[in-house]
Parts: sequence; C-alpha cells; structure tokens
Amino acid sequence: MIATESLSKRFPRVTALDRLSVDVGPGVTGLVGANGAGKSTLIKILLGLSPATEGRAEVLGLDVATKGGAIRERVGYMPEHDCLPPDVSATEFVVHMARMSGLPPAAARERTADTLRHVGLYEERYRPIGGYSTGMKQRVKLAQALVHDPQLVFLDEPTNGLDPVGRDEMLGLIRRIHTDFGISVLVTSHLLGELERTCDHVVIIDGGKLLRSSSTTDFTQTTTTLAIEVTDTDDHPDGTRAVRDALHARGVDVLDGSGGLPGAGHILLLTAQGEETYDLVRDVVADLGLGLVRMEQRRHHISEVFTDSEHGSEQSADAQRKEAVGHGG
Amino acid sequence: MAVEQPTRTPVTQSGDQTRIHNIGYRTYDGPRLGRSYATRSLYSQSLRGAYGLGRSVKSKVLPMLLFVVMCVPAAIMVAVAVATKAKDLPVDYTRYAIIMQAVISLYVASQAPQSVSRDLRFKTVPLYFSRPIETADYVRAKFAALASALFLLTAAPLLVLYVGALLAKLDFADQTKGFAQGLVSVALLSLLFAGLGLVIASVTPRRGFGIAAVIAVLTISYGAVSTLQAIADAQSIDGGGSADAITWIGLFSPVTLIDGVQSAFLGASSAFPGGVGPSNGEGVVYVLVTLGLIAASYGLLMRRYRKVGL
Repeated sequence: MIATESLSKRFPRVTALDRLSVDVGPGVTGLVGANGAGKSTLIKILLGLSPATEGRAEVLGLDVATKGGAIRERVGYMPEHDCLPPDVSATEFVVHMARMSGLPPAAARERTADTLRHVGLYEERYRPIGGYSTGMKQRVKLAQALVHDPQLVFLDEPTNGLDPVGRDEMLGLIRRIHTDFGISVLVTSHLLGELERTCDHVVIIDGGKLLRSSSTTDFTQTTTTLAIEVTDTDDHPDGTRAVRDALHARGVDVLDGSGGLPGAGHILLLTAQGEETYDLVRDVVADLGLGLVRMEQRRHHISEVFTDSEHGSEQSADAQRKEAVGHGG
Repeated sequence: MAVEQPTRTPVTQSGDQTRIHNIGYRTYDGPRLGRSYATRSLYSQSLRGAYGLGRSVKSKVLPMLLFVVMCVPAAIMVAVAVATKAKDLPVDYTRYAIIMQAVISLYVASQAPQSVSRDLRFKTVPLYFSRPIETADYVRAKFAALASALFLLTAAPLLVLYVGALLAKLDFADQTKGFAQGLVSVALLSLLFAGLGLVIASVTPRRGFGIAAVIAVLTISYGAVSTLQAIADAQSIDGGGSADAITWIGLFSPVTLIDGVQSAFLGASSAFPGGVGPSNGEGVVYVLVTLGLIAASYGLLMRRYRKVGL
C-alpha cells in the first residue's frame, strides 16, 4: 500500500522527517507518534501535496512526486481538525465532496446515501451540520473520506474529542472499514492503547525517525501483561502470596501489582508468554482452591517502546493518563 | 484489495417494498471523471452558491434581492421608453453599471467572502486539496464562478434594456451595438471586481471583516476618487487647467477605471466630472491597469492558496 525509502523532509529550522523507510501493507495500520513527530508531514507527502526533501515514497504503487493526482483520486483523507461548513446539510456536503473526487452526479448522490448510512448517520443527515454533536461531525468527516470508495484512507486522529463511547464506536467503524468495506486504513493517534485494539500493524515514529514497525500481535506477544486477583480461603489466608509462590515454583516471574496504590496490594502482574500462561494460572488457582476474582490484560503496553526514546517517559505517561480517562467513563 | 466484499448482498425486490434491507457495503466501479470534472463541479457549486442556491433560505435573500434591485430600474426605463415612444433609452448600456455601482459593490462584498472565506474559516480547503484538483484549479473555479455570477448580475439588466428597446422599435443596429459594448464593459467589470473581491476575502477568514474590507476598497475608493475629481474639475474651471488630473485620478478606483476604459474604447460617455473621459492614449493606460489588476488578483490568489494547503 505505502512504501517510503529514506524519506526526509527538512524545513529551514526543523527536520520533520529523517530518512524514514517504512512499508505498510493492506489492513489497518496505526501511525503513532507524539505531536510534532512528523505524522501530518508524512500524510501530506503521501498525498503528493508537499515534495520530500530527499528519498522517495510510493502509495498504491504510484510515485508521490509525479502521480499525486492519481493517488488522491484513489485515496481518502480525514483531517484532524474541524473541516465542515455549518450551514449545509451532511448530504449536500458529502455529495459535493464526492463530485470533487470525480464521481458523476447520480453516483455521487447514491454513494453519499450509502456512506452516510454506513457511518451511522440517518435522519439527521438532512439537517445543517452546525447542529451536530462532535461524534456526528466525526462521522461526516469520515463519510467524506470514504464516499468515493478509495482503496486506502488516511485518518488523522479520528478519535480526537470523542467521549469513551464515541471513541469505541469510532474504533469499531475503523475496523469495519477494512473488514467490511475492503478499504485499507492508515490511522494516526497518540493513544497507543486504542491502536492496539484496532490495528493489524503499528508504525511508531518519533522526531521524524522510525522507532518501530511491526504487527500488533508482535507487540502483544512480547508485552502483554496479565493482572490477577484471587480470593483468600481458610487454607490459604493470604491467597495472593500462595499463588505467587506456586507460580514461582513453576518458573513464572510474578510482580507485585500494587505500585504503591492503596487497595491494589492483591493484584499480581505477570508477563503472558502465550495461551499456556492463561492455562497455567487457571490450573494453579484451581489447585489451590482459590477463587479467581480477575484475570485481565493490561493495555497501553505498546507505550513501553517509547521508554527507549528520549521523550519516552513523557509520552507513555501521557498515553497512560489518557487511557485511564478512557476507561474511567 | 478492493476485491474482498464479504457482505455484498443483492437487494430483494419481492415482498414488502417499504422494508429496509441491509445491503452491506457496495464498492464503486463506475467512472472517475478526474480533475477537470472536479474543477467544473466546484465552479458550478460556487456559482450556484453565489445566488444562495443549494444553501439555506437565509443566504438566498440578499443575492436575489440585489439581483432584483439591479433589474427593476432597467424595467422601469424600458416601460417609460415604450410609453413615451422615446427615440432612445434614457440611459446608455455602458452607463448602467456605473450608475448601479453601489449595488454591484454590495453584491461582491457579500458573495466574495461567502465563496472563499467560508472554506478558509471552516478549514474545508484541505479537503479540496486532498482530492485530484490542484491549487490552480481551485483558484480558477472560484474566480470564474464569482466573475460569472457578477456577469449575470450586470448583464441581466442590459438584456432587459435591449429587449425593451427592440420592443419599443428603436433602431436595431444602434441598439445592438450599444448592447454589445455594454456586455464587453460589464464582462471586464465582472472580472475586475471578482478578482479584487476574492483577493480581499481570501486574506480575511472572518466573513464580517471580508465584507467590510471589500466595501471599503470598492465603494470608498470610488467616493474618494469622485471627490478628488470634482475638486480637480472645480479648479480647472477656475483656470487651473488640471483636466489631466481628473483623468489620472480615475485610475485609482475600480469603478472609474472601468468608466475610463469604456469611454475611451466602447463609445461610452464618461461619468467623470465635465463628461470628458480619457483620450485613446490615456485609455490604453486604463486598459493596461485593468488587465494588470485582474492578472495580479489571480497571481495573489495563487500565492495565497499555495500557502494554505493541508
């Protein structure tokens, strides 16, 4: 879908992209980076709107430097910022945008009706956009990016400003864009936990450099952390300790999950190596005759890759904070 | 990759027609008409928008009202000419737009910001540029749309006059020539006003400022130039001999510029004080300044939009 080769973009005072080489295949790909990491610059170059200082890039097998127009005909783009005029209806706006993508008038109307329905806008699509909620506006923005049935869409921070429910719906929609519509997606975010759930593949850039590019399963395989909480029984007055010792005996390292927080002393953290870890925990707890209160995956662990970088701690703290907010609702 | 369409299901026509079928996602295999079609679509959308079509009822009021205001005097003149069996229309074709310049300025002031400031203010521009069209296509479409809208506004009353004149059985050759000269003049005026209006609007994302700025440039400059010309005229009567000054001052407002061009080359009687327009030599300067301004507006718009981008 996308291939870049030592792609660089330098402005007089900043280097936005620094010899970035990355390959993105079909499916949902997350592009992660802090603000100013070069995400928007990369999208601009990929749309053929801004020439690269050096290096080359291809989108759908077309060179961005020479085939910008052809690329933009086959690609959709949903910007991060507000981009909707308030005084027209969603239908009118999306029809116009469909025609701007080259669809004949009749097809533009038909595709608009279809697309708005797919993103979940029904009767309200005839009302002026000015009266829409943030969630509905995001759907209109998504619809205008999909209306011409592109092969690939760039979604820039699509969950920005949404409440937890809206965020989950948007993530589900993004997933469907690939599974149901057959359109590949490049989605940017600075929330790593989100992308873990949505993407097949994650590309992390920082300071214009590629930090990491691998499939989401790779991330979770190496970093999934399980949190376990068990009950106490008469036989084992301190169930938590009993489980820890039993797991130790089987060669599994267990950390105390309290992290200094009150009431968290009963939570154990361990690294899951795969399916067998889950089975092992189940068996150990059952053998001890304890009740398993919780066994859950801890999210936001993609953020750990940031701890290798300069801005790492700041970024992962930010991601964790946002994640906490996301789950709090 | 567009081949995987797991949920494509045919629409069933049988049974209750009112049922909504979930027909899943349908891919689009039809034609994609590309850049020039998109540019034309933008042109027609902007042109319709300039008269409030495809927009809210509220935004139709002003342009339609101004259109009527432009045409009514022409209709009255025609009625008078027919009723009194006059030998000629009370007003020259070329003079009409000059008389109605305030209405035209008001129209530009209200519609130029509508055309470009909205896209800038609501940041819709990046959506255009993420599609096949280029900066130049956008600028050309917007420029052409506003110029066409203005041409409609200024040519419609001329058409009313012309049709009326023929009904009143005035001299056909005379009237046709005058009408043609009038059309050339308002075409030039439309291009000039559209260019100036769009440049001003494109640097004022807030619509209110845009309206005020366009009115300032078009109307206040005309007021100032007319006043200066009147002063120069008064002085030349006193014996100062500055009839030349009247001519050169006229270069500094769009309305007098058009007036100068048409009195030099399009057989119009000048609206300048004293009724003496520029001579042919001076008229060439007027034409060059007019064309230069139109070209400069286009250039400035291009520069402005090259910066906007995504």
